[in-house]
Amino acid sequence: MSPRAAWRLETLGFTNVYDYVAGKADWFAAGLPREGELTSIPRTGDVAHRDDVTCRPTDRISVVIDRIRAAGKETCIVTTEGGVILGRVRTDRLDADAQVQVEEVMELGPTTTRADTTLEAIIERLNARKVESILVATSDGRLVGTLYRSDAEARLQEDRVEEAGQQIDQESCCCCKD
Amino acid sequence: MPTSIWREEVQRLMREEAAQLVEVLPRQEYQDEHIEGATNIPLKRLNRETTSHLDKARPIIVY
Repeated sequence: MSPRAAWRLETLGFTNVYDYVAGKADWFAAGLPREGELTSIPRTGDVAHRDDVTCRPTDRISVVIDRIRAAGKETCIVTTEGGVILGRVRTDRLDADAQVQVEEVMELGPTTTRADTTLEAIIERLNARKVESILVATSDGRLVGTLYRSDAEARLQEDRVEEAGQQIDQESCCCCKD
Repeated sequence: MPTSIWREEVQRLMREEAAQLVEVLPRQEYQDEHIEGATNIPLKRLNRETTSHLDKARPIIVY
């Protein structure tokens, strides 16, 4: 639809027209700001931690160990220079020879989800797979952050409590009027 | 001729050139959720009148 709109604008005399082909699905998948009636539904990108330690496949284990420890993390996400996720290294794999390169010990192709996945959906998925966290990536495979199941469950619980509180307030208001 | 761009360029144009974002999907889809700061002109209503508020001196990004 957007290519036709871009051409239409040019026929209307606009000369500086761009077409964001990937559109809002791509934008939301990257966890970028959104507006509208459905924005109150919490998404993966809203609670993902964005402070992952990253490393390159050619980095030496010795360097990566120091970086992970300094950050107080348990994993390093292996990415390209542009941030595309290639793999993951867990601390229990870091007892290898310090001169070994990351690519020799990394776990390839870790599972990811998009930043616009609803928390309810991702919790169900994490529960089914019995895992505690999942990487969040853009539609072109770039790292957004890590979502922890505990954070997602806590956020949903907070929202439910808030919603219940609002309902009680509304009911109280109705009673007061009577 | 319109230029196809990706997310990073959209962000740059918005940040550095005050680009105007226009969602051309139907009204309800826009109301459900849209990119922050975007306005809505559904494709079927794209004409001189509905685009009169757009600034021709600044970039326009449609999606």
